[in-house]
Parts: sequence; C-alpha cells; structure tokens
Amino acid sequence: MSDRPFIPRDRDWHPPSLHPPYRSTVKRAPAARPLAIAPGRAELSGPVFAAETLHPLDHDLIANYAAALGVEAKPIGERLIVHGRVLDENARPIPDCLIEIWQANAGGRYRHVNDSYLAPLDPAFGGCGRCITDGQGRYAFRTIKPGPYPWPNGDNEWRPAHIHLSIFGHALSQRLVTQLYFEGDPLIALCPIVNAIPDQAAVDQLVARLDMAKQAPFDALAYRFDIVLRGRRQTYFENKREGG
Amino acid sequence: MIEGPSNLASTLKETPSQTAGPYVHIGLTPTVADVAMRVADALDVLNGAGERMNLEGVVYDGAGAPVTDALLEMYQLDADGAPLWGRAAADFETGLFRFQTVRPADPFVSLLIFARGVNIHLHTRAYLQTDALEADPVLSQMSEDRRSTLIAQPVDANRFRFDIHLQGPKETIFFDV
Ligand SMILES: [Fe+2]
Repeated sequence: MSDRPFIPRDRDWHPPSLHPPYRSTVKRAPAARPLAIAPGRAELSGPVFAAETLHPLDHDLIANYAAALGVEAKPIGERLIVHGRVLDENARPIPDCLIEIWQANAGGRYRHVNDSYLAPLDPAFGGCGRCITDGQGRYAFRTIKPGPYPWPNGDNEWRPAHIHLSIFGHALSQRLVTQLYFEGDPLIALCPIVNAIPDQAAVDQLVARLDMAKQAPFDALAYRFDIVLRGRRQTYFENKREGG
Repeated sequence: MIEGPSNLASTLKETPSQTAGPYVHIGLTPTVADVAMRVADALDVLNGAGERMNLEGVVYDGAGAPVTDALLEMYQLDADGAPLWGRAAADFETGLFRFQTVRPADPFVSLLIFARGVNIHLHTRAYLQTDALEADPVLSQMSEDRRSTLIAQPVDANRFRFDIHLQGPKETIFFDV
C-alpha cells in the first residue's frame, strides 16, 4: 500500500487505549481501533520549527525559570544532563525535531495550578524546556532529577521519577508524546501507566541509561535517552521522491 | 550505529507512547498551567491566507463528562499551501477548546488529542461542510452515521462546532495515518 508512506504503527508495542488498572483509561479509551487511512496531503507534512525562534536557555531547566523571573536561587535536586538522538525506524537521524519536556521538581511537585501535592514548589524551578535536534539528530537538556509522586488511581499509587517528552518529526504521522524513566528505579515495575505497555522490551526502551562519559565533572550526571520515530517504508523511499 | 549505553535495541522500534497526563500544559502551554515563562513565545502559527474561522468544541468521555485536561493540536494548509499549526487547551471548568484560524485548503483540518488516560494520542479530522465532501476518499467509504462524527457544525458564518466523543454511540472516528 504505497499510499501509506509510513511504516504502520505497531499497536501491540504501544500501550493499548484501554488498560483498566490505569483507571482513567476506562472512560476515555475509544472502543474502535483507529481506522487506517492514506494521509491527506497536509498530513504528509507537519509544522516546521526553527532553532532561531527558541531562547538560548530554553533547553536549560536549571536556569530558564530563574532567569525568566529574575530569581537568584538555583533549583534544589540532582543536576542532570539528559541527552540522546532522534532516529527514524530506518536508523536515519532526524534533524530539526522540536522536543519539549516537562517534569515535577525534586520533591515530586509540578508547577501547575491543578497540582496540590503537599511537597513544596521550588522558587527557582519551572519544569519545562525545549530544544531542536541538530544535523545529526542530537539533543541535550540540563535539568534536575524529578522526584516520584503519589497520585489517585482508585487507591494511592506512586509514579516513578519521569520526564514527559513531546517530539515532532517532519510529518504529522511521526508525532509522539511519551515519558522517560531512570535506570534502576524500583517504582517503574509498580506503575500502572508503565505496565499498560505489554512488552518488557518496549518498557526498557523508555528507561534512560546512566552515561558517565557525558557527565559534566563537578557539575552534573548524564543520562542518555535515544528516541525512535516512525520511518518511511523502504520501498516507498526507493521508488518515490520525498513528498512525491 | 548506536554506541555507548543506549536504551535502544539493535532492531529499531518506534519509542512507545505514554499518556501526556494532566500536567501537559506545563510543557506545551505553560501560561495555561500558570508557569510564568515564554508568555510571548508560543510556537503557534494559525494566521494564514484565507477566510477567518473559529473552530471550537468539547472532548467528552464515555460518561458524557467534558475532558477538562485535554490538549489539542490542529494542523492544516492555508489557501496558499502554507502550514498552519497551533494548540488549544480545554477550559479547566467547561472543557471548551477554541482555535482561531482560517478555512483550510483541504475539506478538513487534522486534530490530535492528548489527555490523562489517553495512552497514545488520538488523530481525527474535523471536516467543514462543503461540496467537496462527497468526493472525499475517506468519508465516501463510510455510512452516513459514522461520517457525521467527523463533520463540524456551523454555528454562524465563520464559527464551527466540533465535539469529540471518546466513547459511546457517537464515538468519534480516530485514524491511523
Ligand atoms: Fe507526570
């Protein structure tokens, strides 16, 4: 089906819409499986974001909120570099991807009007950042390690420490929102949101690895998290020009 | 290809999705979360060539309750073929979302929906009622009943209502594109 240029999404690899142990899915999961269609011409492209439109501190969650508010203090918590590459399923690096992240502070509290967790806000930490991948698909953020936090899911559950990520490829079909976890966290295996993913190998793909070679000495530890977006079918790629 | 301590296996699979969660606004619309940064730096480009149009609606769950934490993204080409893209957060009280944009060059705009309890984002299309609908390759495969979930209703001249139902008899059709 060359009218569907991207490798079809493997819906058994992603979490299914309905996963009753994650209670919010029960009334929000569509009953029908998504209907496979050929993309319209608009859906073959996607929004384009230019690195020049971003602020130089946008990728630096250690500094960006304090700088925006003119706060002298630095955020509390383990200082981290989170970096990696964005590739497609054909192992081609994807340049010019917009990556946006958001996270709780070191105590597990989000700076959000709807979060009332008793852990305090950090006056020097906002919790969001963004960057655009370079010519080799590379990206890097500076941040602090988010804390685990409790949440209501019938009973009380605890989220493992995580960073939310939103990634744009070059077409709407490549859009992805996900979460990054940290190697060695015992809460990963207990989380009903993580456990919606059927395959342990897929869960492992969401676990950032400690990367001592990329640390900033006397400053920050590093974790590596590589991201894979959907790729074009090879036959399509060989037979037709991009966008053809 | 992959050197160092990567989280990827040798056969590359798409990174699995996870829910955007209820605090999605911090990352994607910080001012809605009341995070005082990037107040003037939203990345949205919704103003293009063509007739002005408002597209608004509510995402409903299976119990008929508005999904007040939903975040939507809209994408289309304008009359000159330029891409228009933007975000709208559902109102925290009413669930109403609104895009102020222009009429698309195609018969529809594409919408992506993110929310707590939505493990992988949903992709749908809001079609505007025009003569072009009869010839649309997707709509023409569907029964009248099914296709009605994809058609925005005119409220007045340049205002359209497009409600999204995640479940139930009026469940919106979502696509794998
Ligand atoms: Fe979270």
